[in-house]
Amino acid sequence: MIAEVESLTPVIAILCPAIASILIVLFGKWPNIREGWTMLAGIIQFLIVISMVPVILDGNIITCTFFTAFPNVEFGFSVDAFGLVFAITSSFLWILVSSYSIGYMRSLHEHAQTRYYFCFAWAIFGAVGIALSGNLLTMFVFYEILTVSTYPLVAHDQTPEALFAGRKYLAYLLTSGVFFLAALIITYHISGTTDFVNGGIPNLAAEASRAVLVVLFMLFLLGFMKAAWMPFHSWLPTAMAAPTPVSALLHAVAVVKAGVFGIIRVVCYIFGVDLMHALGLGLVLISIAIFTIIVANLFALAQDNLKKRLAYSTINQLSLVIFGVALLTPEGIEGAMIHIPFHAFMKITLFMCAGAIMVASGKRNISDMAGIGRVMPVTLITFTIGALGMCALPPTAGYLSHHLLVHGCEEAGGAISYFPYILLIAAILDVMYFFPIIYIAFFKKPEGGSKLKEAPLFMLVPIVITATCSIIFYFYPDLFYMSDLVETAMTSLNIGGGMHP
Amino acid sequence: MLSIEHLPVLVVVISMLSSLTILVAGWRNKKSCCFIAFATILIQFIMSLFILQHVTTEGPIIYWLGGWSPPWGIEYVVDALNAYVLVLLLFLALVCVTYSKRNIEHELPHQIVSFYALFQLLITGLCGITLTGDIFNMYVFIEITSLSAYALIASRGKIALKASFTYLVLGAIGACFFLLGIGFLYAITGTLNMHDLSLILPSYYENRAVQAAFVFFTVGLSIKMALFPLHVWLPDAHSFAPSEISALLSGIIIEVSTYAFIRICFSVYTVDFITRYVPIFDFICWLSAIGIIVGSILAIAQYNLKRMLAYSSVSQMGYIMLAVGLSTSTHSPLWGGLNPALMHIVNHALMKGCLFLIAGAFIYKAELWDIADLKGLARKMPYTCFGFTLAAISMIGVPPSVGFVSKVYIIFASLDAASAGHPAYIVFVAVLLFSTLLNLVYFWRVVETLYMKGEDIHSQSVKRDELPLSMLIPVLILAALCIIVGIFWLIEMPLPVFDQINALFGLGEYATS
Repeated sequence: MIAEVESLTPVIAILCPAIASILIVLFGKWPNIREGWTMLAGIIQFLIVISMVPVILDGNIITCTFFTAFPNVEFGFSVDAFGLVFAITSSFLWILVSSYSIGYMRSLHEHAQTRYYFCFAWAIFGAVGIALSGNLLTMFVFYEILTVSTYPLVAHDQTPEALFAGRKYLAYLLTSGVFFLAALIITYHISGTTDFVNGGIPNLAAEASRAVLVVLFMLFLLGFMKAAWMPFHSWLPTAMAAPTPVSALLHAVAVVKAGVFGIIRVVCYIFGVDLMHALGLGLVLISIAIFTIIVANLFALAQDNLKKRLAYSTINQLSLVIFGVALLTPEGIEGAMIHIPFHAFMKITLFMCAGAIMVASGKRNISDMAGIGRVMPVTLITFTIGALGMCALPPTAGYLSHHLLVHGCEEAGGAISYFPYILLIAAILDVMYFFPIIYIAFFKKPEGGSKLKEAPLFMLVPIVITATCSIIFYFYPDLFYMSDLVETAMTSLNIGGGMHP
Repeated sequence: MLSIEHLPVLVVVISMLSSLTILVAGWRNKKSCCFIAFATILIQFIMSLFILQHVTTEGPIIYWLGGWSPPWGIEYVVDALNAYVLVLLLFLALVCVTYSKRNIEHELPHQIVSFYALFQLLITGLCGITLTGDIFNMYVFIEITSLSAYALIASRGKIALKASFTYLVLGAIGACFFLLGIGFLYAITGTLNMHDLSLILPSYYENRAVQAAFVFFTVGLSIKMALFPLHVWLPDAHSFAPSEISALLSGIIIEVSTYAFIRICFSVYTVDFITRYVPIFDFICWLSAIGIIVGSILAIAQYNLKRMLAYSSVSQMGYIMLAVGLSTSTHSPLWGGLNPALMHIVNHALMKGCLFLIAGAFIYKAELWDIADLKGLARKMPYTCFGFTLAAISMIGVPPSVGFVSKVYIIFASLDAASAGHPAYIVFVAVLLFSTLLNLVYFWRVVETLYMKGEDIHSQSVKRDELPLSMLIPVLILAALCIIVGIFWLIEMPLPVFDQINALFGLGEYATS
């Protein structure tokens, strides 16, 4: 029996960045103190989030309700194991990226830094809020906050290109917010509740016809355009106009993961696996995911700009998460859930490396990076670790999640048991666009001298930490309680295996 | 002895006397005008709070002017609906009058006295419309409001004269329709008292003249409240008026006409008449839905900020009238009846009031009328621009702002109506969601210009050039309320006042089907 523990802890965790944002504005004239608040808030938030773990691992849920917005729809938080996985990932990486931002923004003498840190704090506010929210309405509120607060970050450079990127970003994501709202309202209209329930809202199937449910699911999918599934992905590569720390935390972790997080929530906690089976929606989702995986990888091959290539790689990896959940089998969903933190750590390493290269040498394009591994050995070694992860090679975390996904395919049985070959093709494509970078960086002759010139320590330390974590995950997946939490989430979901034809 | 029964009439009388006082006092000392107006409106506002408190706890207040009993004398009847609108109207007037002090000294330095005299007269008219229980008296106050509005809009001279003239012509036509309706009703029933009319009329519902009168009222008031496609006067009038008048015009004056419409529909006529004899609400719903979309599209086409806001008002009036139109077919205690309409009246007053005052602030500081000229203003006027952003995201409907709440409530109302016998109303859900996107397009353009454009972004020293506090505080109060009231709606609905209003008219959960 799941016990519900009333506690204010989730609220305090979410308020950390909100309070920090006010302090950041107040201390805008003193950069050191301003960044100090960001770091402090990040550390406190992470500790608070971690402190919730023991209660959750006992199979309980922490709830905190503010008020009832509509009958049966409370505005409030309800922390479960899966939400906590996302919350821990975002809050821990916020600390590292804050440190990285300090190095990056100061080295490049960026303008409007107060606005930058202010918006960053609100973005984290939104991301952690999404992770901890207990129903669709609360999630929607934070989802929109996340969208709006990241706009100034995307358009940060204020060049026509950045403004265009910002506009495109908003156009895509707020439009998707409208679909989300529509889906939310229809769900409420049909079932009278929007709470996330293990195994899906019970009366959803009984109250609505098949066609309505399929349309509803499509609305949800469109609502989670943040997951960058094709053909609604093009905001993500464009948004790479943002400063690199933004691309790192938001466009590899917080924003896009909020999208896939939402999809998992909808599949497992609103519709439920059984209903998804009954409606045949798993196959729809799988088709979208496979299409995205392959096409995004092909696009990535063609990019010369390192950040753009990473962006397409992100699109590909996000669809792996969608792929996992679309299998509708225990191990598939487990793989999808665990891929959220694992991919976050690996991809953030890659992005931070790209930023470090830009700061240290000013190079953005892969073709210019000949021999850069000799100039920046630490950065490029960590880059290699991240790249191995993307290609699902041991000893990195990426191997583990792919392993689970392959098992998930086998569990599904039928035609789907051949799908691991698709994953294999995807991994080969991954190799095809990541290994050339490593080759160019280490084995080609540098044009200038090969004098050591690394990025500042503020940037280097976070990169090394995330890269190390990506390796530790391989040997000890329970770092930050990740695998335990996912196991707990799976136990409470209680899905039977092998139901595909 | 002053008792609560006297307050309604005092609100009107004080205001009217104050208007004359301003005229006299202004001869000697121009500076006193603003203070007299401010003090009067403050007193009125406090009175209105007492009225609201009394009405919600103890029931309607009835006052017979001169002791003449109705239907011979004029009667003031204050129930929950009047009190609610009155509080809102005086609150916005208070905000605007505070804001106007510095702005009018700058914008209309030679017309301070006449401005405040007319301003006070405008408030008198608005209070009168909301408080009276006599239909002809209502007409008189509508005329007082309109006449002072014509003059105020024209006060900037030049092109504003043309705007004012257009408004005058169309406003006069609207008033004629309204008067014609009154004439028809008087010819048939021989009474002008609303309560009396509502007792006599049901036996004449079959009568063509009674039905025609209703249509005249509807058309007349539709012009006054700029319901699409009778909105043509609005963009000019709103963009060329002094900004505090634009804020009032958009935030309250057209809403008070909506109030008059609701009053005529449900107090003079009844739900029964509207649903069975002249089923006009269905038509109004569709018209509003078109208005929502067309208003937004026209707003996108504008390059002048105030004009864009004016077209946005056309669209927002569509929201309100759509909600009014749905009121007879919804039965939920939460979003049934007039709830969404009353909610959006407040929300629109807050948002649009704030936006117009800020548009006025840009004009006050640097004569900036066009959106393209607002480049990089966020660094010069950070607080004002922050206020604009808050109000803009409310207009777009980002949670938890007021715009979000009204949108959700109207959508729920449409769904409710759709499942209760009007399946086509499901279209309104799409219309409302689509209008969100249109709002996004034209408001975000402004926000982007304010924050993200501008020449030398890397120069550190931009001189702050904020508004004076007497203008900044009203703006920021309205902006903050856009968020606070949004959360308030989420927490506090269903509000007892709304409940009383629905019970009064037999709407929502009190409907007898």
